[in-house]
Amino acid sequence: MAKPNGFFEYKRQEVPHRSVDQRTGDYFEIDIPLPEEQIRQQAARCMDCGIPFCHGCGCPVLNQIPEFNDYVYQGRWREACAILHATNNFPEITGRICPAPCEASCTLNINEEPVLIRHIEYQIVERGFQEGWIQPIKAPTQTGKRVAIVGSGPAGLAAAQQLARAGHEVTVFEKEDRIGGLLRYGIPDFKLDKRILERRLDQLRAEGVRFRTDVVVGEDISGRYMKKMFDAICITMGAEAPRDLPVPGRGYENVFFAMDYLKQQNKINAGADIDPHDIISAKDKIVVVIGGGDTGSDCIGTARRQGAKEIYSFEILPEPPEKRPLDTPWPQWPRILRTSSSHEEGCQRRWCILTKRLSGMGVMVNELQGVQVQWSQTAKGWQMQEVPDTEFSMKVDLVLLALGFVHVEHGPLIKQFDLELDDKGNIKVNNYQTSSPKVFAAGDATQGASLVVHAIHAGRQAAKAIDKWLQ
Amino acid sequence: MKTADQKNTGLYESRREHDACGIGAVVNISGRREHRIIELGKEILLNLQHRGAAGSDEATVDGAGILFQIPDEFFRQEAQRLQFSLPPADRYGLAMLFAPKDDQLRKKCEQILENAIIHYGMEVIGYRDVPGRPDCLGDLARAVEPRIRQLFIDGSGKKGASLEKLLFLSRKRAEKIVSQNLGPEAADFYIPSMSSRTICYKGMFLAPQLFGYYPDLSDERMVSGLAIVHQRYSTNTFPNWRLAQPFRCIGHNGEINTLSGNINRMRAHEMNLACADLGNDLSDLKPVIAEGLSDSASFDNVLELLIQAGRSLPHAIMMMIPEAFGPSYHISADKRAFYEYHAAIMEPWDGPAAMVFTDGRLVGGTLDRNGLRPARYIVTTDGLVILASEVGVIEFPPKQIQQKGRLQPGKMFLVDTREGRIVLDNEIKSKIARQKPYRRWLEQNRIELRGLFHISRAAPADPNTISQRLRIFGYTREELRMIQAPMAVNAQEPVGSMGTDTPLAALSDKSKPLFNYFKQLFAQVTNPPIDPLREGLVMSLMSFVGKQRNLLDETPAHCRQLKLPHPILTDEDVERLKSVQRGDFQVASIPILFDANRGDAAASLRDGLDQMLNAAVKEIQAGASLIIISDRQASPTQAPIPSLLATAALHQGLLRKKLRAEAGIVIESGEPREVMHFALLCGYGANAVNPYLAYEALNELQRRGDINPEIDPEQLVENYIAAVKKGILKTMSKMGISTLRSYHGAQLFEALGLNQEVIDNYFTGTSSRVGGIGLDVIAREAITRHQQAYSLRTLAQVDIDYGGEYHFRSDGERHLWNPQTVANLQLAARYNDKQAYQKFSQQINEQTQRLCTLRGLFEFVPGKSVPLEQVEPIEEIVKRFFTGAMSHGSISKEAHETMAIAMNRLGGKSNTGEGGEDPDRYTPLENGDSLNCAIKQVASGRFGVTINYLSHANTLQIKMAQGAKPGEGGQLPGHKVTEEIARLRHSTPGVTLISPPPHHDIYSIEDLAQLIYDLKCSNPGVIVSVKLVSEVGVGTIAAGVAKGNADEVLISGHDGGTGASPLSSIKHAGVPWELGLAETQQTLVLNNLRDRIKVQVDGQIKTGRDVVIGALLGAEHFGFGTTALVTLGCVLLRKCHEGNCSVGIGTQNPQLRKRFAGKPEHLQQYLTFVAQEVRQIMAELGFRKFEEMVGQVERLSCKKAVEHWKGKGLDFSAIFTPPDTTDGRALRCLRPQTDPLKEHLDWKILEKSRAALEQKQNTAFQMPIRNVNRTVGTILSNHIVKQYGAQGLPDETLEITFTGTAGQSFGAFLAPGITLRIIGDGNDYLGKGLSGGRIIVQTPTDSIFEPHENIIVGNTLLYGATSGEVFINGLAGERFGVRNSGATAVVEGLGDHGCEYMTGGTVVILGQTGRNFAAGMSGGLAYVLDEHQLFDTLCNLDMVDLENVWQTEDKNLLYDLIGRHYRWTNSKRAWYILDNWPEMVGRFVKVMPIDYRKSLQRLKDREQRETEFTPATEEVFHHG
Repeated sequence: MAKPNGFFEYKRQEVPHRSVDQRTGDYFEIDIPLPEEQIRQQAARCMDCGIPFCHGCGCPVLNQIPEFNDYVYQGRWREACAILHATNNFPEITGRICPAPCEASCTLNINEEPVLIRHIEYQIVERGFQEGWIQPIKAPTQTGKRVAIVGSGPAGLAAAQQLARAGHEVTVFEKEDRIGGLLRYGIPDFKLDKRILERRLDQLRAEGVRFRTDVVVGEDISGRYMKKMFDAICITMGAEAPRDLPVPGRGYENVFFAMDYLKQQNKINAGADIDPHDIISAKDKIVVVIGGGDTGSDCIGTARRQGAKEIYSFEILPEPPEKRPLDTPWPQWPRILRTSSSHEEGCQRRWCILTKRLSGMGVMVNELQGVQVQWSQTAKGWQMQEVPDTEFSMKVDLVLLALGFVHVEHGPLIKQFDLELDDKGNIKVNNYQTSSPKVFAAGDATQGASLVVHAIHAGRQAAKAIDKWLQ
Repeated sequence: MKTADQKNTGLYESRREHDACGIGAVVNISGRREHRIIELGKEILLNLQHRGAAGSDEATVDGAGILFQIPDEFFRQEAQRLQFSLPPADRYGLAMLFAPKDDQLRKKCEQILENAIIHYGMEVIGYRDVPGRPDCLGDLARAVEPRIRQLFIDGSGKKGASLEKLLFLSRKRAEKIVSQNLGPEAADFYIPSMSSRTICYKGMFLAPQLFGYYPDLSDERMVSGLAIVHQRYSTNTFPNWRLAQPFRCIGHNGEINTLSGNINRMRAHEMNLACADLGNDLSDLKPVIAEGLSDSASFDNVLELLIQAGRSLPHAIMMMIPEAFGPSYHISADKRAFYEYHAAIMEPWDGPAAMVFTDGRLVGGTLDRNGLRPARYIVTTDGLVILASEVGVIEFPPKQIQQKGRLQPGKMFLVDTREGRIVLDNEIKSKIARQKPYRRWLEQNRIELRGLFHISRAAPADPNTISQRLRIFGYTREELRMIQAPMAVNAQEPVGSMGTDTPLAALSDKSKPLFNYFKQLFAQVTNPPIDPLREGLVMSLMSFVGKQRNLLDETPAHCRQLKLPHPILTDEDVERLKSVQRGDFQVASIPILFDANRGDAAASLRDGLDQMLNAAVKEIQAGASLIIISDRQASPTQAPIPSLLATAALHQGLLRKKLRAEAGIVIESGEPREVMHFALLCGYGANAVNPYLAYEALNELQRRGDINPEIDPEQLVENYIAAVKKGILKTMSKMGISTLRSYHGAQLFEALGLNQEVIDNYFTGTSSRVGGIGLDVIAREAITRHQQAYSLRTLAQVDIDYGGEYHFRSDGERHLWNPQTVANLQLAARYNDKQAYQKFSQQINEQTQRLCTLRGLFEFVPGKSVPLEQVEPIEEIVKRFFTGAMSHGSISKEAHETMAIAMNRLGGKSNTGEGGEDPDRYTPLENGDSLNCAIKQVASGRFGVTINYLSHANTLQIKMAQGAKPGEGGQLPGHKVTEEIARLRHSTPGVTLISPPPHHDIYSIEDLAQLIYDLKCSNPGVIVSVKLVSEVGVGTIAAGVAKGNADEVLISGHDGGTGASPLSSIKHAGVPWELGLAETQQTLVLNNLRDRIKVQVDGQIKTGRDVVIGALLGAEHFGFGTTALVTLGCVLLRKCHEGNCSVGIGTQNPQLRKRFAGKPEHLQQYLTFVAQEVRQIMAELGFRKFEEMVGQVERLSCKKAVEHWKGKGLDFSAIFTPPDTTDGRALRCLRPQTDPLKEHLDWKILEKSRAALEQKQNTAFQMPIRNVNRTVGTILSNHIVKQYGAQGLPDETLEITFTGTAGQSFGAFLAPGITLRIIGDGNDYLGKGLSGGRIIVQTPTDSIFEPHENIIVGNTLLYGATSGEVFINGLAGERFGVRNSGATAVVEGLGDHGCEYMTGGTVVILGQTGRNFAAGMSGGLAYVLDEHQLFDTLCNLDMVDLENVWQTEDKNLLYDLIGRHYRWTNSKRAWYILDNWPEMVGRFVKVMPIDYRKSLQRLKDREQRETEFTPATEEVFHHG
């Protein structure tokens, strides 16, 4: 730690955003990076703790946070960039969209504002690309082993990169038309500009990773054939089965899963030619987003940019407190009210809302009936009860379901590889090895939907396991 | 020869015994022989009794003896009575024999002796059975009483030195043959003396018993012109007659710390020994040092050899205990040359020592270079000299005393009875220094590096090579940035905080350097550590390297060696050395590599070592005087042998082949980089080290930007070397060793995790008590590093690993404190979350995966369980808990007080730490809570230790050492000394506070007993606890502590926390408490001392399981330090040393302190959980009462399932050895210590002072006093402050005048209102902790000597005084006013190290001072009468400036003080000065600490500014 009392001298400075008016008019990223002098001050706040909870407790990829903070403070960006890439394949992604559990567990967060870790990460990697420090790292020798990766989300890409660098011949299969999985089509452009993704994919290509898009493994290519062609296969297909809303009226045509909605807008932004009839637009509509998580928030931001009239966000759980409550003490991930940039852009957030029924005219929904609920703790855990006389109904033009995901898609792939599933319906693994020989799996497909940073970590770990197995 | 009575069992090792003592000598200068000399010897012993100690059987003590001239007349008459006749006086020898009681065995022994006598051409005359009265002996002593006989030997016409030689040779021969032929059976056979000149009577006695036992000694015919006497205080109570002193030539008070090195060096010399005078065959003399002897006896063996081979007694003493001759000493060129020349021949026998010696004609005394033992002498008008550890042991009327003096550091004092005069140091030494042209010899022969021709600088290695090398040797990023870089930039070893919590090397999953398997030993109690910063002048890193020659001869060739100023060589140095090839000084290079790819790694490593040794032997036989072993050529196929292993193997191998003296060893290795590494290499035999990779790493760090590129690279290397040098000095000083020459090869380490084979083969003699890895794992670890270095790194991985030894990293070394344990513990404590506690305790206790501690490998032996409700309740168990000693200063007021409240609520104890305590805390709060710490610590800095503080304690804890930095002092930098802290510590805000490494009143075990006595006087009824740190031998020290009357002994683990310590100490000093505690328990029980002392333990204790293991190993009380802090919010930032704790604990910053969020309830909750866990385990094991568990070590066993690749070699049987208790001896404390205060003089004083105490009436009276009256005035002071509070009585209420000699600690902690006056003289520690009283020492008016030229008080006066006044009408000894923080003193002259570490008060010196005045003096003022204007050459100017006395303020103050001195003491010198004031005032020098001046200025400024409402604390904070 170069600055012993930096934390005391400088206050945390949040990353500024473009103004709401400006940003809701486009799909560009909204953060305005801090100037160098300020970012170095922010890095100086790091205390280089004897136990860096950020690294040892918060960060799933075990970023050496105190070290890169110190390098940034010293202006040694290149070393910061190296140390960052030693643990994280895609810091430009986590630097943008990670909810930063590191900051939640930062020891400064005990009694003041944590270090601005995520943005420091962002700045390091952006500087790295700018300066040309991030170059392909080619394996000096090839092993001659062939590895297939199924699914090109963060887990798949991390595994692919690690395996290619270890000298294996890696092919990534993607069912969509473009590489990136959830990164490509799940995250709105205003949070992750897709050029950022391309920049990294170029590196992977240069390192020898081959990509096959528009290939549905299990349909276009059989599991048996795959097993013949490759020495190892890694399934990183995500947990794409969405949680549904089992209420009367669910079947109306203007009730969509969030992921379909978001994917379409991303495709449009990417220049895809979509039949106007199929376009889901929120323009001038009353939009209700059911589910108050990150995906819900992304829907809100997208709907706002499409020109929605009113946007509502319904959450079945109660409103979390502003400050860290006793039930999630430091260094745990705090159950607090989080207001995203999309929320700031305008929506009404309601808590303890249970959607009872959707009704409409013809095939289109135009009314939502809900009720207020309350939660109480019992011997069996938290119990929900409807509050009498709180039923309401409201007009609605578009309903988006952002209720999370249940498990991996149980498609033909699972059957063809004969993969055992766990209780939750995800692929069962033991140290990334599935029940089927040669076949490995990692990421959301095994652990259920989770953070990108977890997926990257899982991809790296799976690569390690595969590499070891291949030897 | 081990003692037959007590073998090594369990963790107890007899060689770890220590002793210290009282010594004395009486001599008629004229040599006149009379019985009075013996009688006076007796009187000395009787009056030194308190310096001895009694064992479990209080009639058996450690030994006493007397050595004197053979009274010819007495023995002639006795011979006649026995019907044989003696040759003329001085033509016969007399042997004193301790023989086995068994007649047959005795006869065998005697026969061997007789044969030896005949072998050397003498004849046996006859035996005399020495009458003895065993009824006066204690049981233990009587049980092993030998048969005591005297044998008369006819010198066959020989006399004088030649007869002495024959007697010596035949005695050595007999000893050797007895030991060889009869073995341990005949261990009782011992020859205390065998000479034609002197005889020694000794045994396991307390002084009066010596004279009761031997009626001979009371016989009027027993006449002698001289006698030396000795009273022993040993840590053990195992009866052993032979260990009593004096030995044949010496009586020794002190301890030789470098013994193992000295013995090894002596072995190396044996090969070359030759002495024509002793005949050609010296085989009878080898080994020179018999096995299993005490340090003093070994010393005596060598001294005797040197003398018999022809050196004079003083010459031999000067070789073995040389005085310091560094640049700070102004000594003659010839004398300096003498010492330097002898440095090439023999290393000092280093350690505190007061030595009295005699050869029957000369009687002398000498002190070690640092003067760490007291020795005072008087010369009487009738030609008698009395020398003893204390003055006043024999009373003389004042007018009979011609001179009073003391032995000075490094100085010798000699009485030549033949010439009939006292010979002074200068005369003796200059004569000896000039008996040979040593100076010329040295100039012509010594080789110096810079004299060798110059060589161009080697090309620096490229970054890739460097980074590969860094990997080969296992460097980590953490190390490079946290250790190497700071060393190179700051020329200092880096500092860290909190304790270590990583696994021992033998339990780590990582491959660890071999260095990590060793732990530094350190001095505690039995000898003092040295302050390498403030007292560095006595220390030296200089050494001679090369071929050593015959020890018994002196030639110019003896110094034909390479002289190195220090042992760290640069690359250029090595290049130069390698290119030297001269006829008489050749250098050979040998690789230390082994085949990295062979299947059997152990065999490969062993071969590598053998090849190295064979090559070295060959080179030496071909004439090499210097062997450079090097791992520079490591390659993909050749791995480096661990440098320590290579060095130790070569050193031991050459010793075994008797070639070690033939050549020096230099190691050129990439591995050593930390201070510990260099210390180990030197300690195991390297003469010099070239850490080439450490230098290259600095280049690389600078290239990478971790080191400022503007610093000159050569400066970096220089700084780095400077840091290493300081570190080595620090490591040596921890053990109390001053010179590298004696540290070299002294092996002052304990191995932890190495098996016996490795130890025996390469680290011979090192303690390794739990077994561990063998050569196979050592090889595997080296190969793992080597492979990692050459195998491909995963791409994008950083080239060097992080490490994680100091700071937690997920992929680094494991830590007991990690995110999960900290989070769970806080959750448990704050939210009363049982589950979280269970998780925490499970994580800590779950040992199979996380082997971090030794106890992790222990298992409980199941027993018949009992229902939980029958187990002692939580409320009782928590009373056994205490919190660690953390000062208010190292932690914030808020944290400190929170702990006190919590512990007081629970009925446990909190500890003040070393920083005093706010007296306001003695008053309970309104809600009934108390902030008063039950335990008040007394540490070496004595901060805030006043009579009031002591009187409010339940327990007084003497901190001898601290787990995180045993053997070291501490420092609170000025900027942390806020106004609040300064008030509590009785110092000045902003002035740096230094805690010295030693307690300056504890240089040995009898001194500790004295301090315990002082503390008991300060608060009668208080519990005194002594805090020790676990290391090999701690058990014997604990036994000494028990014998010194302490009530509790605390064994701290090496992993205890700290507010600031050098990282090398946090990591590498001390051992886990499991070992120390088990050893302590075993030793105490073995000595049958356990019943009178409680045993406590601390050091990373976290769970109920830890507590139960502690109890089963023998502890009754348990300390929680770091854990307590974690419950209060600590998250192990490890930033305490920076004072920037973000949770308000380790900080004094008011803004940060506000963030403190701990509550007493948190700590209470946690300790309740722990106690509950304890109960559960007790129930499972079947214990209802806690006390039933204590010491039940049978209930522990080793986990069977240890399958750790390194851990599986560990063997805990020594820890689990239950002591023999078949005689019903206790395993726990059952009774209080005996009350030592019964006979105290203060009870009489209290009687007589009633009017003063009860009505504050002015009272004055007179009393006689003797040296046996110790700590006078302290019980009285306790009574006063208890009644009147800290302010005591009004000044001059009570005035007591004593006549005679005061014992030690006169007026200790004296309270205000008391004036104590001695007419006569005083001993050591006068005015210790003076708390407002006044002490006057006045030379009797009828004395015939000049007061200012004679010593009238001893050493270490006013230690830790906080207020009050002292006036001394004469000279004082060393360390006057040490750590004075507020008292005023006037004295007429003093010895070395005056006003050391002073932080406040005023001292006026009206005469000479010794060297190193004002070392570490950060506050207060001193005025010195500098008559010769040379004071600046004696003063340590590091922290002070010297000024003239010209300001009126100063002049007035000085005039006033001298005036008062005159009024109180009638000093002639004061009168003279006042009488000639205008002239004299100009000769005074004012000593002004720089820090202090700044602070005074700040305070002054503040006064002005206070009107502007600036808070002072902030101001103080941002400066400094």
